[in-house]
Formats: sequence, C-alpha cells, structure tokens
Amino acid sequence: MKQKTIFIVAAILMVLGFVLSVVLYTSQKEDAANQLAETNSAALIRMHSPTVGKSDAPVTIVEFLDPACETCRKFYPLVKQIMADNPDKIRIVLRYAPFHDGSDKVVAMLEGARHQGKFWEALEILLSFQSGWTKHHAANPEAAWQVLRRIGLNMEQMNKDMNSAETASVIAQDLADAKTLNVTMTPEFFVNGKPLPSFGFDQLKALIDEALEDSNAR
Amino acid sequence: MTNTTSTGWTLIFSAWLIATVSTLGALFLGEVMGFTPCVLCWYQRIAMFPLVLVLAAGLLPFDPRVVRYALPLALAGLGLALFHLALTAGWIPENLKPCQKGVPCSNIPVVWFGFVTIPLLSVLSFLSISGLLLTTHLKGCK
Repeated sequence: MKQKTIFIVAAILMVLGFVLSVVLYTSQKEDAANQLAETNSAALIRMHSPTVGKSDAPVTIVEFLDPACETCRKFYPLVKQIMADNPDKIRIVLRYAPFHDGSDKVVAMLEGARHQGKFWEALEILLSFQSGWTKHHAANPEAAWQVLRRIGLNMEQMNKDMNSAETASVIAQDLADAKTLNVTMTPEFFVNGKPLPSFGFDQLKALIDEALEDSNAR
Repeated sequence: MTNTTSTGWTLIFSAWLIATVSTLGALFLGEVMGFTPCVLCWYQRIAMFPLVLVLAAGLLPFDPRVVRYALPLALAGLGLALFHLALTAGWIPENLKPCQKGVPCSNIPVVWFGFVTIPLLSVLSFLSISGLLLTTHLKGCK
C-alpha cells in the first residue's frame, strides 16, 4: 500500500507542478505582450491602414488579418456585429498579415481596391468566397482575381496598383510591424493598444467591453 | 514483499517519473510555449507518451514483465532521439535530412545553459529509462 501512496503523491505533485508552471508562464507572457505593445505603440497604426468607424471613437481595435485565414473570416461578422451594437464607439484599423502562401498577392489586390475606394467591398467578397480561392491553406491569386471582377473594379488600374512599389512597401511595413509586435498568428487583435490575453472571441469581447466601460467612465 | 520486488518497483517507478516529467515537459513546450513539434519530435512523442501509462500499469501492482512491453518503446525512442540529436548537432550531412515540410527537424528553438537542447533532453530521458528497465530485467534474472 505504501508504494501506491508514493505513486499517487508523485502523480499529483507532477500535475500540480505542471499546472503551476502553466499559470506562471501565461501570466508572464501576458505581461510581456502588454509591455511589447506599449513600447511599440507606433507600430500599431500606420497612415496607410484601412480604417472604418469614427476617427475619434473611444475604442480602437487593430486587427492583423490575412484574407486567406479561415478564422479571420469567421471573426469578421462577429466584429462587425460588435461595431453595429456600439455605434460611433468603435474604430477598426486593419493591418495585413499575409502568412499563408500566395496571400501577399491577394493583399496586393486589396491595396489596389483601396486605391479605387472599394477596399471593404473587396475584402467582404473575398472573405465570403474564401473557400473558392484557397486550398490547403494556400491562396490562389488567380482565383481571387476572378472573385474581385464581380465588384466592378477597374481591373487594368488594379493590375498597375497591385504591382506598384507603394503597395510592396505597405505590405513590407505591415509584416515588419507584425514582427515587432510578435504577431505570429491571425487574426490578432489589439484593443486600445492591448493584445488579447489569450486567443478567443470571448476574450476579444471582454477586452472590448472593458475598453467601452473605461471610455464611459471618463 | 520481497527485497527484489521492492528494488524492481523503485527502478520502474523512477523510469515512470522520468517518462511523466518528459511527457509533461513536451506538452509544455508544444501546447503552452507554442513550439510546433517537428516530424522527429512527433515520433519521439509516440514512444514517450505511452510509457507513462504502460509503466504505471506495471507499478499497480508491480509486474516485472512490464520491462518486456516498455523496453521496445524506450529503445525506439532512444534511436530516434539520437538521430535527432545528430541532425541538430550537424553530425549528419544536410542531404540525409528526412523532413522538408513544416518545421525542419534541424531547427533548434531553445538552448539552455549554452548546450542543453530539446533533442539532448530526449536522448537523456530515453537513455535513463532504457537503463532503468534493463537494470530491472537483469536484477530479476538473478
């Protein structure tokens, strides 16, 4: 019986040690992420970043997004709903994080659409037909191009804009900022400069609610 | 309870402790710290994780035959870990690398104290587990 006791005590101790390490590690990581976002707040928003919502809205959500990312597609209507529920309170700033193969070409198309004032239309149609132009987590730019034909863009101009040096530098800047802010997965959200404590829609909702409350209190 | 049984139990228990700590460590690195395991890491996990359950089954109550079931896993794991260590240390030339896609196995995400890497820890775990199991077997034969 003594051996059985030793075994059980050892098992419990190891599991407790594991749980404790997880708790310590996550809280440390959270602090580090907050710190990182605070010291690099200049990297959060750039002049070129597509924005929706009032510019003086009390809550700013910065989203790093990959148009080929499935979870980004699933988050899109949810975030839109939160915006609709809190009119004039929230501003969204989109940053590109084309982590999937071929995604940078699609982001370049979005930049082209932005020059024609059709960024959000282009993004929405790309997201809703996402399964048509992505396969095995890789983007197929030609298929995405076909999808974008439907929203009445000047495709010739688009071709010029998406291959311009300006577009390339916008994408390079966003990728560099993602690296600075340690964004490794999409979507990644920063609410008033604060990163998500852990990934999930509930966590995002909680962070937004907190920011809204803070702004109401002021 | 005879003396040999008690020694055997302690040896297997030690092997189980090492296997459990290694398993929890691998889970921590993968799930908590977010390192994606490379292909060789997965094969080593396949050898390590079941040892926790197999060795535990051999402890409650003590059954010396557990060595027969656990040793093949430990030795297979040891072989894989040695190969992995050789790969990260550069003892095996580039063109013999078995994995190309995803995370390359020659990738070294962390180094502690300047020389301790994950493959080295894996070699040490599998080596000590194999050693303990062999010792149990040899003691039982006497």
